[in-house]
Amino acid sequence: MIILFIFKIIVLSLLAPLLIGVVRKMKALMQNRQGASIIQPYFDLWKLFHKDEVIATDASWIFLATPYLLFGLSFALFAGVILFIGFEQITVFGDFILLVGTLGLMAFLLAIAGMDTGSAFGGFGSSREMTLSALTEGTLFFSLLPVALVTHMTNVIAMAPFVASLSISSYLPVFIAFLGYFIALMCETGRIPFDNAATHLELTMIHEAMILEYSGKRLALIEWASANKFLFFVVLGANLFFPWSPDLHSIFLTAIVGIIFSLVKALILLMVIVFIESSIAKLRLFRLPDLIFTGYILGVIAIIASGL
Amino acid sequence: MSLYSKIIATKRTLIPFSTLSQENDITQVKEKLGKKIKNLFKGSLAIREVDAGSTNAEEHELTALANTFYDSERFGIHFVASPRHADMLMVTGPVSRNMAIALKKTYEATPDPKIVVAVGDGAIDGGIFKGSYAIVGGVHEVIPVHFEIPGDPPSPKVILTSLLHILELIEGGNAA
Amino acid sequence: MMLFFGSLLLLLCGALGSLFSHTYSRFVTGITAALASVGLMIFAGNALATGGVQQLNIVTQFPLFALSFHVDMLSALFIFLIGLIALPVSLFGISYLLHYKNYDLHVFGFFYNLFLITLFLIVTSYNGLSFLFFWEIMSLTSVYFVLFEHKREGAVHAGAVYFIMTHVAAFCLLIAFLLLYQRVGSFDFGLIKAYAPHLSLVMYSILFTLFLVGFGTKAGIIPFHIWLPKAHSSAPAHTSALMSGIMIKMGIFMFFRIFLDILPPTNLVFGCIVLVLGGIASLLGVLYALAEHDIKRLLAYHSIENIGIILLGLGGGMIFFSLGQYPLAVLAIVAGLFHTINHAVFKSLLFLGAGAVMHQVHTRDMEKFGGLIKTMPYTALFFLVGSIAIVGLPPLNGFVSEWLTFQSLIKGILISSGSMMPTIFILGITALAFTGGLAGACFVKAFALTFLARPRSKEAEHAREVGPLFIGSMGILAVLCLMLSIFSGFVVLLLTRVVQSLSAGKGAVVALSTVQGTLTVGNGFGAVSLPFIIAGIVLMVGMGWLGVYAVARKRKEIRRMIWSCGYTQLTPRMEITTTGFARTLILIFKGIFQPTKQDKIEYVDIKSRYQPLSRTITLQVTNHYEKHIYYPLHTLFFELSQQIKKVQGGNIGQYLFYIFLTLIGLLIWVRY
Repeated sequence: MIILFIFKIIVLSLLAPLLIGVVRKMKALMQNRQGASIIQPYFDLWKLFHKDEVIATDASWIFLATPYLLFGLSFALFAGVILFIGFEQITVFGDFILLVGTLGLMAFLLAIAGMDTGSAFGGFGSSREMTLSALTEGTLFFSLLPVALVTHMTNVIAMAPFVASLSISSYLPVFIAFLGYFIALMCETGRIPFDNAATHLELTMIHEAMILEYSGKRLALIEWASANKFLFFVVLGANLFFPWSPDLHSIFLTAIVGIIFSLVKALILLMVIVFIESSIAKLRLFRLPDLIFTGYILGVIAIIASGL
Repeated sequence: MSLYSKIIATKRTLIPFSTLSQENDITQVKEKLGKKIKNLFKGSLAIREVDAGSTNAEEHELTALANTFYDSERFGIHFVASPRHADMLMVTGPVSRNMAIALKKTYEATPDPKIVVAVGDGAIDGGIFKGSYAIVGGVHEVIPVHFEIPGDPPSPKVILTSLLHILELIEGGNAA
Repeated sequence: MMLFFGSLLLLLCGALGSLFSHTYSRFVTGITAALASVGLMIFAGNALATGGVQQLNIVTQFPLFALSFHVDMLSALFIFLIGLIALPVSLFGISYLLHYKNYDLHVFGFFYNLFLITLFLIVTSYNGLSFLFFWEIMSLTSVYFVLFEHKREGAVHAGAVYFIMTHVAAFCLLIAFLLLYQRVGSFDFGLIKAYAPHLSLVMYSILFTLFLVGFGTKAGIIPFHIWLPKAHSSAPAHTSALMSGIMIKMGIFMFFRIFLDILPPTNLVFGCIVLVLGGIASLLGVLYALAEHDIKRLLAYHSIENIGIILLGLGGGMIFFSLGQYPLAVLAIVAGLFHTINHAVFKSLLFLGAGAVMHQVHTRDMEKFGGLIKTMPYTALFFLVGSIAIVGLPPLNGFVSEWLTFQSLIKGILISSGSMMPTIFILGITALAFTGGLAGACFVKAFALTFLARPRSKEAEHAREVGPLFIGSMGILAVLCLMLSIFSGFVVLLLTRVVQSLSAGKGAVVALSTVQGTLTVGNGFGAVSLPFIIAGIVLMVGMGWLGVYAVARKRKEIRRMIWSCGYTQLTPRMEITTTGFARTLILIFKGIFQPTKQDKIEYVDIKSRYQPLSRTITLQVTNHYEKHIYYPLHTLFFELSQQIKKVQGGNIGQYLFYIFLTLIGLLIWVRY
């Protein structure tokens, strides 16, 4: 089972840039362009690893160490995500409170690193990121809580098989919780309407502003870590809230079919994300808390619905 | 809903790679780029555009690079916000005296290996402002330039084909 | 018991000894306090290991005032905790008091040791009157600490507010104990415990309210908290650490003692009130902390927030106890106790760090800090450890106690029925979840603005690393944070035995089991294993680093100026400020803060007002409690006293009239 664990971590982190590539390709197609190929992010990362770095004179060890810490912590996120439903034995990283805490730690470290160089952009980028992250942490918690209440356990990996066996009326709270989870997903991964990852205007940046000072291999690590975070959210959303996948009585076949089903579900979720991203504009910063609290309220509604 | 039907109904307007690979107006200033650098940037090129006092005509053409006709993104070329993320600096405009230090600082902020391209007649030697008291006189006076793209302004097609020639024509796989 | 009294005697000698010398007083107090703490920790550790109760009664001339010392598991735990915190704080104080050369250090040393003596005596006293006696001395000595820097503006006001509020609280406590005396006939806690089942509900409610107000003021529950930020920011740094880390825990200790041991709750409502108060305190505490730019006031508001979290656990425990769910009750109370220990450790660490910074930069205003990580690397590292711990991020100890509290509240939703109970638990979880996020934002602000970027003032530029005693004491606490997290299983086992020794938890099995360092709640509901997680994270970061090293080791790293869009004349004024960082959140929570903005512009030419010379923007947050509760009360009492003053007219004729009235009244009364 340890092999499965390591396999899961390595495969998922190698897959993460592909997901970003697919999202960019879909967005380009919706804009009537051709767009870069799906494996473009791999070329980007490879190039960045082979470039030199220019570091600010005021940067301290926090600036230098944070990319490695973020990358390692994103592995810890993968350790807690479900890929082969009903299979995995090492569940110690799967507690959803731990996952929310790890995401909080990643945001904390990135915010501190953004302020380390003393540039004005990093400062207000960190301010905005921590504002949104503070509110989203509660929403994310409340979107996973109804599922925990319905299945009577807090470990995400163990929850999935139970969600798969729910009846329609018991499943309704999970679906409402998914809507709240979707809002938290869009915020934490920096999608429109929360943050435009491709913007060049520093006054509109949230995530980008904190990494303006990074270059070379450290930039590659941070980009990879945020790709990992995106993949984590997508896979968790696909496999926890819609965990149905057939059980063919051979271990090998079930695993393969499970992975294929996960990929298909992830792809559908990506299409929905890209659709929403291409349809609306980025919201004003002070309108975002309304949207985040809506996600929280959806979570509370789901809890109430589960009690009935 | 009409938005989505329009997205599906609109025809593709991309200029195909075959057309692009023919024209080329670029001048090389320094020695040929090393093979290693070319291989490094062939898959992915990050460009930071620096406006060193230009008439903005070149910027208009540069912003057209990312539209649905030219779509530089399909070749892996994208624009970035910070010189620390950039591989190539595209400098436009005759370097006005006030922008000379800023241009130098931008050059220093870009990590090695890097390419500098002077876009437009103004950037090459001053263009229509040649001899003016307010300019330094071309980008090469401030930072070392590798390539020059003449024109006032050069059209996006010329800029794109020049970029592709700098990278010696991306292999057919991810084009057209 | 000999070790206990011996250490207390050592403290007393230290107190008296410091009165004699001004220059050496800090060594005398520091060293005696440190040695006594070690002695008491050994005593408490022994008591915890062996279990059971040790009692010593000293009968004095006054029949009511019997000194009884009673050390059971809960007292032993708190003695250990006080000793654990007092040790590094006293060592820190030895170097830190150099800062106060011009003040009366010998008197300070006397009161410091006296404060420590009263802390230990409070947790061991088992008689209402002796408890109140030591409580009063503790309050008075801490008022001295607040007033110590009397030359600084605001210190006297802080001391006055603290003095008044702590005596109002003591007044409530006195009435409560007198009411109990009236029923039971004695102040002894043991006899009260035996009488507790006979209390009527009305009586219990009155006692509950009195104890809540009394101990809540000391603990810092909203709305009785206004003294806390003022007092904790005026006192010297290491006494702030002691006050915030230990003294407010005395209020919490008595909450545990009274509500779980002596007067266990029979009705659901009391637990609900504690839970709701805890939720409110945690949310509002962290929100007010966000608006602060004085580093010690920020830390003081975070104390209020963490007290809120402790009360969430305690309230949950009381609710479960009154519902008859004993295993869950023990879980919730263990969570509350664990958070008490954790908070004492990391709050002291943070206050000591703030003290070290203030020692070098000579100001408390965060707007003047910056860039200290280069000149004070160890202080920065330990402050970072404290920040990560207080926000409750894995893998440090704050996460473990918050995890336990979350688990108990989630279980609460599952077992509760009806419509009010789940709502209360949902509100509790909301408070806890959002508090965690907002605390993260606040500590990014506190850490990054203090230590990172470039120095924002001349003093910050000239700061140097502080001495070895400072670093040693902070290091002990930082390592303790990590240890508490790695050995969390062991700590939870210990706390379970402590809770089971209280009358509320007697004989209950806990819904929590620890196997090889993994904490598991209620057979598989949730499990987390800190040692495994820490090992896993270290391994993964190592793997990542190795991978990157293999790929990119030939790349160079060059140091240049920061990217500022080509602008060359960067000043530290262009970095983000404390006010600017928090402004977004303050505007989002406009309803709670009701901020006011003042814009002051100074022009080059006052007549034309064309070119501004300088501009100052002040963002202020309204303090609702002072505005709507305390100042109206203050005005009311003042007006009342002005009216009553008229009784003493100074006129002989008026007094003769009073005597005449009294005479007539007495005659009529005797007649009928």
